[in-house]
Amino acid sequence: MDFLNALVALSNFVIIPAIAYGSQLALGALGVTLIYGILRFSNFAHGDTMDFGAMIGVLVTWFLQSMGVSFGPLPTALLALPFAILGTMALVLITDRVVYRFYREQKAKPVILVIVSMGVMFIMNGLVRFIIGPNDQKFADGERFIISVREFKALTGLKEGLAIKTTQGITVVVAIIAVALLFWFLNRTRTGKSMRAYSDNEDLALLSGINPERVVMYTWLIVAALATTAGVLYGLDKSFKPFVYFQLLLPIFASAIVGGLGSPLGAIAGGFVIAFSEVTITYAWKKVLKYMLPESLEPSSLMQLLSTDYKFAVSFVILIVVLLFKPTGLFKGKSV
Amino acid sequence: MSETVKNTALFGLVFGLIVLTGFMQSWNVAVLILNMGLISAIMALGVNLQWGFAGLFNVGVMGFVALGGLAVVLTSAAPVEGAWSAGGWRIVIALLAGAGTIVATVVVRQRMAAGRARNIATIAILVVGFFLYRGIFDPGVAAVEAINPALQGNLGGLNLPVLLAWPMGGLLAAGVAWLIGKTALGLRSDYLAIATLGIAEIIIAVMKNEDWLARGVKNVVGLDRPVPYEIDLQNSSAFINRAEGLGMDVATASSLFVKLNYSILFAVVLAIIFVMAQLALKSPWGRMMRAIRDNEVAAEAMGKDVTNRHLQIFVIGSAVCGIAGAMMTTLDGQLTPGTYNPLRYTFLIWVMVIVGGSGNNLGAVLGGFLIWFLWVQVEPMGLWLMEVITSGMAEDSGLKKHLIDSAAHMRLLTMGVILLLVLRFSPRGLIPEK
Repeated sequence: MDFLNALVALSNFVIIPAIAYGSQLALGALGVTLIYGILRFSNFAHGDTMDFGAMIGVLVTWFLQSMGVSFGPLPTALLALPFAILGTMALVLITDRVVYRFYREQKAKPVILVIVSMGVMFIMNGLVRFIIGPNDQKFADGERFIISVREFKALTGLKEGLAIKTTQGITVVVAIIAVALLFWFLNRTRTGKSMRAYSDNEDLALLSGINPERVVMYTWLIVAALATTAGVLYGLDKSFKPFVYFQLLLPIFASAIVGGLGSPLGAIAGGFVIAFSEVTITYAWKKVLKYMLPESLEPSSLMQLLSTDYKFAVSFVILIVVLLFKPTGLFKGKSV
Repeated sequence: MSETVKNTALFGLVFGLIVLTGFMQSWNVAVLILNMGLISAIMALGVNLQWGFAGLFNVGVMGFVALGGLAVVLTSAAPVEGAWSAGGWRIVIALLAGAGTIVATVVVRQRMAAGRARNIATIAILVVGFFLYRGIFDPGVAAVEAINPALQGNLGGLNLPVLLAWPMGGLLAAGVAWLIGKTALGLRSDYLAIATLGIAEIIIAVMKNEDWLARGVKNVVGLDRPVPYEIDLQNSSAFINRAEGLGMDVATASSLFVKLNYSILFAVVLAIIFVMAQLALKSPWGRMMRAIRDNEVAAEAMGKDVTNRHLQIFVIGSAVCGIAGAMMTTLDGQLTPGTYNPLRYTFLIWVMVIVGGSGNNLGAVLGGFLIWFLWVQVEPMGLWLMEVITSGMAEDSGLKKHLIDSAAHMRLLTMGVILLLVLRFSPRGLIPEK
């Protein structure tokens, strides 16, 4: 019984939140990794692209709510997601046309593109604050829980409860669908294959008649879709706050690099590695250990390795360790 | 138009804008812009050393600026009575134990042959070291933070003159930069950027959460000042006479006098750092740095130690940012770790360097003043713009209210547009590198 209680407590506080957070990071990291693979620079504006997408999601959700549209037990934001994706696609295509294309034609050094993306970051951040303001916005509705603590306790008779929030469930399901679609696209369609070819060897791809501008355009479209999905899911799960997305930049980059920049599979693995490390290291283990250890060994302190405020430090330390010992990441990304 | 004329005109323009602010808004605002402009110029010089001279992509400026601020508290604040005996030494011992663990790990990894034994030894040392560190550290922290928590609860400082805190800020930033450089330099440019971005966040997290250090988010207020207090001036008859002689209100005059004192101090520091940076740029060392920046492989072939030179300039540039951070905290008179944010303290400095002209010290200084002026003035300008745009709308229109409320967020947008325009049409900046 104690073992089951420990397991439930562990799932409730560590495993389920980490899976949801990991899915969000993975979606974000996929965007970073695709841009790196095709356009060959680290996009500092990615956090704010997520931000922008989530903002449109929030606005459309409010509009739908005011029209009385709802999605039953599911949050209305899911209905708003396609509109948000379209809006973000328009924004990134305009950005590419107005800003990035010039440097591509110049064959500018990647570091110049990184600085350019800093400028784009300022503009997107400013746009979001301009349109929706810097405050917290709530837009989640529908059922709050798939299973709540009380229901779970009544169902199983255990002392520990297990809650699964609807948003957590949706995050995982949507992330799986998005990733499946992405891999289908990359591996099965002609455009996807040309994208991979372009990422592997630009010159060879050009030689075999692949149109680079087309590849770049599709990349931006996919990145916009992924970033918006990640942004809306994160906003649903936590809450929408413009500045938070900028702070997500670090764990997202860490995920992409840990997995190996340029490798989509690596980005997903990296997302979960970072999420699980962050949550396990900042979780107070007392509750779980209380069940697992005999009474005489029961811990007196909280058994928390690091306070939750240091979660950035966790992703950072993993990042540094990977960079020092395995610079191409877990899944052999690019190291140019 | 010769170069000197152009540069003079550019600086004249920026100072003209500041003087105009004095006439149109108030002299207090103008001098405030000047003071922060001087500090921004120093930060921009620091970043220019790293990016313009050596091509190092450091986006952790915020962390070094914050460390400078921390140094002010640690140097100039009065020590908290009983804190050192209660737990201060314990904390120091714990930190030494933590450092010892890391040194031991590095030594083991260097001495032992690669293999399973080495990995096990590494992990064992790290785990034992961590628990040892926490075991010594936690009681010490609890004891220190229990002392008068409403007002103190930290170790306090060394009670030295506050001007000494500025070089101390540089030293602290340099020390941390050395540690970071040892691990992170040698990564390629975007990895270094992400690593420094992370380090800056961690430095801020430490400053926010380690209350024993500088009270964390509870802030340290009432730091010493190197200049007289307004209230003392207002009570001094000599000052009142002089102010009235100039036909000024005593309160305004005292506040202006204090700010101008700061301006003089800051200008002296800026002049010293500028001259040193200029000398460095023109020296063989500066030429070597630019050679490394332009072609690392060739420089290495000529026998230059690229990694060490990078470490050197990374430390120097960060120290300059640390000095500027200490000056800023002194100007504010308080340390508020909650207010550091990367857009304002890292990326804005980058905009200054790029707009001014990377690789040119004069350009960095100009960028510092110009961008700071815009950063402050875009808000009132945006408000004015919004009022003009919305003047035709109905008084109770929701859109009108929203637009006017949002004017405050114009500055990020403007900075982004300026950065992109400069990068596109004048990528070498206003005063290009020679």
